[in-house]
Amino acid sequence: MRKNLNVIAAYSIMMGLIILVGIFQSWNIALSIFNLCLISAVMTMGANIQWGYAGLINFGIMGYTALGGLAAVLISVNPVQEAWSAGGLNILLSLFLIIGMVLAVRYVLKKYEKSKNRTYVIATIIILGIIIIRFVSEPGIEAIEEVDPAKTGFLGGFGLPIIFSWIVGAVFAGGLAFIIGKVALGLRADYLAIATLLISEIVIAIIKHEDWLTRGVKNVIGLKRPAPYEVNLQQTDWFINLVEKFNSGKLSLISDLTDRQSALNQLVIEGSSVFVKLCYSGLFLVVVIILLILTQKALYSPWGRMMRAIRDNEEAANAMGKNVVKQHLLIFVLGSAIVGIAGAMLVTQDGLFTPGSYRPMRYTFLIWVMVIVGGSGNNFGAILGGFVVWFLWIESAPIGLYLVNLTTAGLDDTHFLKVHLIESVPYFRFLMMGAGLLLIMRYRPKGILPEKIEIK
Amino acid sequence: MDFINAIILLLNYIFVPALAYGSQLALGAIFVTLIYGILRFANFATGDMMSFGTMFTILFTWYFQSVGIGLGILPTALLAIPFAVFFMIGYMLLIDKFVFKYYRANKSPPVQLAMVSIGVMFVTQAVVRIIIGPSDRRFFDGEKFLIKAGEFKEITGLNEGLAIKSTQVITIFVTIILVSALFWFLNKTKTGKSMRAYSDNEDLALLSGIDPKKIVIITWIIAGILATIGGALYGLDKSFKPFTYFNNMLPIFAAAIVGGIGNPFGAFLGGYVIAFSEILLTYAYKKFFMYVLPQSMEPDGLIQLLSTDYKFAVSFSILVIVLLYRPSGIFKGKVL
Repeated sequence: MRKNLNVIAAYSIMMGLIILVGIFQSWNIALSIFNLCLISAVMTMGANIQWGYAGLINFGIMGYTALGGLAAVLISVNPVQEAWSAGGLNILLSLFLIIGMVLAVRYVLKKYEKSKNRTYVIATIIILGIIIIRFVSEPGIEAIEEVDPAKTGFLGGFGLPIIFSWIVGAVFAGGLAFIIGKVALGLRADYLAIATLLISEIVIAIIKHEDWLTRGVKNVIGLKRPAPYEVNLQQTDWFINLVEKFNSGKLSLISDLTDRQSALNQLVIEGSSVFVKLCYSGLFLVVVIILLILTQKALYSPWGRMMRAIRDNEEAANAMGKNVVKQHLLIFVLGSAIVGIAGAMLVTQDGLFTPGSYRPMRYTFLIWVMVIVGGSGNNFGAILGGFVVWFLWIESAPIGLYLVNLTTAGLDDTHFLKVHLIESVPYFRFLMMGAGLLLIMRYRPKGILPEKIEIK
Repeated sequence: MDFINAIILLLNYIFVPALAYGSQLALGAIFVTLIYGILRFANFATGDMMSFGTMFTILFTWYFQSVGIGLGILPTALLAIPFAVFFMIGYMLLIDKFVFKYYRANKSPPVQLAMVSIGVMFVTQAVVRIIIGPSDRRFFDGEKFLIKAGEFKEITGLNEGLAIKSTQVITIFVTIILVSALFWFLNKTKTGKSMRAYSDNEDLALLSGIDPKKIVIITWIIAGILATIGGALYGLDKSFKPFTYFNNMLPIFAAAIVGGIGNPFGAFLGGYVIAFSEILLTYAYKKFFMYVLPQSMEPDGLIQLLSTDYKFAVSFSILVIVLLYRPSGIFKGKVL
C-alpha cells in the first residue's frame, strides 16, 4: 500500500481536478475531458508498450489512429449498394491483383538467390502491377465516386455495430505495423522515428485522397453510436423520472407548475448529454481497465522481463538466444494495435470521421509528450500522463487567459499588447506542452511516475 | 517549333519551380545535416526554427516598409534578412545554453536529444504563433516577375509562355552564393576543417586540441543563417504560415537522409532530388505529349503518374526506398 502511495495520490489529484472542472465549468465539459483522457490513456499505453517496454521509437501514432478511425467507418456505415454495383467488381479485382502481385514478389524472393537480375524482375513486377491495377481500378473508382457524391460517393461499410470496429481497428493498425516493422525496424532509433513519421504521413495522404474508400476530405458524418441518442433520451419516461429524482430538492423549491416544468425540461436536456457521455465513459473505462490488466500482466511476465532485457542491452539479449528482431516486430505490432483501438474509440465518440483533422502535432507528438511526462515503462505513469497532458491541453486556454490578465492587469483593456496576447491565448497550450516536456526531461527524466520494477 | 514549345512547357512548369523549391529544401537539409553531423541528433524543431527566423524577417520587413526603406525592384525582405539572422542566432544560442547543453554534457543518447528537440519545437511554435499569429502572410514586395508569360510569348512567338518569378531567381541565386560560401568555409578554413573533424570522430578531434564549445557555437551560427535564409526564401516564394513550415520539416528530413545524413553536399543535392521527383511524378504530361506526338497519337487522359495530392507521399516513398536499399543515403553520409 505504502509504495503505491504516490500513484494513488497522483490519480486522486487528477480526478479532483476533473471534478473541479465539473463544479466550476460544467459537468459536460468535465466528462468530455474525462472521455478524451481515457482515449489518450489507451494511446499512451500503446506507445508505452513500444517505448517503455522495448525502447522502440514510433512516431507513426497518427497513422494508426487514423486507421482505427477508418475501421470505425468501414464497420459501421451501411453498404452503398449502387456504389458496389457500379464499381465494386473493379475494386475487388484490383484487390486480388494486389494480393497476386505480393505473392509473385514473395515467390521470386524465395525462389531465386539475391542478384541484380532478381531486383530487376521484382521492380518489373511491381511497376507492371501498378500500371495494370490503375487501369482496372480507375473506371471503378470514378463510377463509385459519381454515386450521389453529396451523400455517399464511396463504397460504405458493413453495417455492423460500431463496437466491433474497436477490434477491427486494432487488426488494421497491427497489420500496418507489421508491414512497417518488416521494412523499418532494422533502422537506428532516430532513423526509425523519422521513417515512421513519414510513413504515417503517407497513410494520412491515402486516407485523405482515396474518396472511394473513405470519402476523403468530404468526411463521414452520422456514424452509429453504441450509446443512446440525446433526442430519444429526452422523450423516454424513465430518464425524465430519473432526472426528476436526482433534482427533486432543487425542483421542489420552485412552486409555480409551468416554471417547474420548464426547469425540468432544461435539466433533462442537460442531463441527457451528460448521460450519453457517461455511457461512453463506462465503455472506455472498461477498455482501459482490460488493457491495463493485460499490460501489467505482460510487464511482470517472463516475456516482459525479456523485453526489458532487450531494451537495456540488445547484444546481450541476442547472445542469450533471444530473437531480438522477432520480439521487436511483435511488440511493434501489439503497441500499434492498441493505438488502433484508441483511434476507433475516438471516431466512435465523435460520431464522425474527418481525415483532414489528423495532424502529427496532435496525434503523434502530443502522445509522446504524454508518455514522457507520465513515465515511460510504467503503465500507471503512461495513463496518468494521458490524463495530465490532455487536461492541460484543454484547460490551458483558460489558464493562459488568467495569466495574461494577471500579468497585464496594469494595462488598459484596449492596449494593443493586451489585446494581442488575449487573442493568442489558444497557442499557450503549445508553450505549456513544450515547457512541461523540457522541464520533465531535465529534472525528472523518468516521468512523474517512474518505472519501478519489482520481481513478484 | 512544337518541340521547342514542349521544352518551354517543361521548363515553365517543372524545371524552374523545382529548382527554386529544391534550393529551399536544400538549405533546410544542410541545416538538418549539420546539426545531425556535429551535435548528433535529429532536430525535430527544424521547421519551426525556420519559421522563427522567417517571422523576424517579416517583422523587420514591416518595420522597413513603415519607415519607407526599400530596395526598389528587389523585395525589402532581403534587407531584413541580416537583422533576422542576428536574432535567430541569438535564439539558437539561448536554446543551446538552456536546453541542449545539459544533455550534451551528460552524453545523453541521440534519441533523448531528439525528444528534447520536440519540446523545443512546441515552444518555438507557440512563440511564433503568439508573436505573429497562425495566419497566412505574404511579405513580398518589389517586381514580381522577371519574365512574364505574355511577354515571353510576344518576344519569341511561341505558343507556350515562360514565366520566371523574381523570387525564384533570387532563391536560386542566394542559395548558390550561400552554399558555395559554406563549402568554402567547411573545406578551406581551419575552423571548417575542425568542424568536419569533430563530426567525423569526436574523441580524436578533442585529442588534437579542437575546442568543442567553439565548434558547437559555430554550428549553431551557421544553422541560424541557413534556417533564416531558407525559411525567408520559402516565404518570399510562396507565403509564410507556421503550419506549412512545420510540415516542410518532413521533405527536408527526406532530403537530408536521401543525400546521406551528415554529408552537407549530399543534403544539398538531396533537396533537388526530392523537389524534382515530387514535381516530375505529379505533373500532368498531357500537353507535353500533345506537342511531341503526332496528332493521331494524342493521349486522352492527363498522363499523370500520381495526383498532386500525393506530392508529399512521393518524397516520403523515395526516402523509404533509400532507407531500405542504401541506409547511408545516395551520396554516402555517415554509415549508420
